[in-house]
Amino acid sequence: MAAALSPAAAPKGAVSLRSVGKVYAAPGGDVVAVEDWTLEIGAGEFVAVVGPSGCGKTTLLNGIAGFDPITSGEIVLDGKRIASAAVPAKPGADRVVVFQNGALFPWKTVVDNVAYGPIVQRRSSRAEALREARTLLARVGLRDVADAYPSRLSSGVQRRVEMVRALINEPKILLLDEPFRALDATSKAVMHEELLKLYDASHTTVFFITHDLDEAIFLADRVVVSTTRPARVKAILRVDLPRPRDFRMTASSDFLALKAQVADVVHQEAEKAFRRGERELA
Amino acid sequence: MLGAAGFVAFVAVWYVLVHFEVWRFAKLPAPGAILREWVSRKPEFGTSLFTRTYYDDIWASVTRVLAAFALATVLGVPLGILLGWNRIARDFLFPLLELIRPIPPLAWVPLAILMLSSQTAAIVFLTWIAAFFATVLNTMLGVASIDEAYIRAAYCLGSRRWDVLWNVIVPGALPYVFTGLQIGMGVAWFSLVAGEMIAGDAGLGYLILNAYDQLQVSTIVIGMATLGFVGFLSSAAVRWAGSRLMAWQPR
Repeated sequence: MAAALSPAAAPKGAVSLRSVGKVYAAPGGDVVAVEDWTLEIGAGEFVAVVGPSGCGKTTLLNGIAGFDPITSGEIVLDGKRIASAAVPAKPGADRVVVFQNGALFPWKTVVDNVAYGPIVQRRSSRAEALREARTLLARVGLRDVADAYPSRLSSGVQRRVEMVRALINEPKILLLDEPFRALDATSKAVMHEELLKLYDASHTTVFFITHDLDEAIFLADRVVVSTTRPARVKAILRVDLPRPRDFRMTASSDFLALKAQVADVVHQEAEKAFRRGERELA
Repeated sequence: MLGAAGFVAFVAVWYVLVHFEVWRFAKLPAPGAILREWVSRKPEFGTSLFTRTYYDDIWASVTRVLAAFALATVLGVPLGILLGWNRIARDFLFPLLELIRPIPPLAWVPLAILMLSSQTAAIVFLTWIAAFFATVLNTMLGVASIDEAYIRAAYCLGSRRWDVLWNVIVPGALPYVFTGLQIGMGVAWFSLVAGEMIAGDAGLGYLILNAYDQLQVSTIVIGMATLGFVGFLSSAAVRWAGSRLMAWQPR
């Protein structure tokens, strides 16, 4: 029971993004959103992707999640090709997304939300799935909100529940699309530590999109800077801060040196985007 | 409290207008006269709280509205979900519905009487048709209003199409469905009275028209007030059911 978040699990979820490209048909001509985007993500690795708004980060995430087809290249998950121009991607519980504005079902209680994945996948009986959900919620300190509806909870707690709802499925990769964008700085810092606790306990691979550089460096093993449209990999920076991480590290000299480095690269891209007068594409 | 004051003010203005015979208010009985008739054991015009026919008329109207409303819900909600959820169904049926929908219920009266075997069936049909369109249309809008992120979340948690329908589409559309049912209940009473006036032999609409033919003005007003009362109760019942089913909504 409650295999999710058990420390014995071996890391899984190696993802290869090979020359991934995405071209949109738009009035006035095709738009190249992503071009030749290549990255090898190791099993259990935490990768953060940063870049200017509207640079195609979400497009990439939707490609991995299987929401939108990619138009060139391929995406391989643990040796299995999950998307290419020829194979339209299909969403599945091995790649769970936590959305920018949150997507807990408002009409289900917290525990029903968390148990939803195991129930629809028919992984276990309904009663067992609910029991597992309660166990998991209790383990991350959310026992008290298990029977509440999401609208009664703060957005920080909603986001934590949503991460638990994702992790109960033991996904190979967790896809996060700026999940803390709407939170204020203080709750954000708390959420970062919560996320890292869940990450350290779950050994799942994480693909995290953000435009907050502190957040990217604090959370990730590697920070990938994506260019302005069309998105390409501009730079990959390794973050060698030890784990478990602590919010005080954000003031360390290693952290600040790294941030200066990332900021430099991102700034060039942001300027380019600004000069082209790009609007947010989301 | 303020609500009670509103009632008192309304009755007072009515009394004054009748008492001083302002405009043609002389034709209207004073509030007291109507109340006396309403609670009289031997009503002058044969309709009061103590006459059997009064309850027969209420029963006739209420059962017709309930039958029509139930049919509108049972047929309208699934059709609205289908139209919102399935593009082929929408492309096939929606233009047709949009052409039929603007036809006022009253325009259906001749066909309803010609084609349906009984007067009751014709009245129920008229009552149903307006409620049905309000329900279908609002349900369909409800499906369209659902945030795409919920649907995507459901799929990436391992849902099949059927799971999404039951767990996301139906509950997600529910607030609009109940808006549609509220409107439906309102227009149902509207069409019912029109139908009963034209084709009825019983019911509150028939009671009012019959009283008019015999210049029994007190009975007209009693019928109107009764309609207000049962109409209010039926709307409150729909609201109550909605709030029971949607306890999850932020208040």
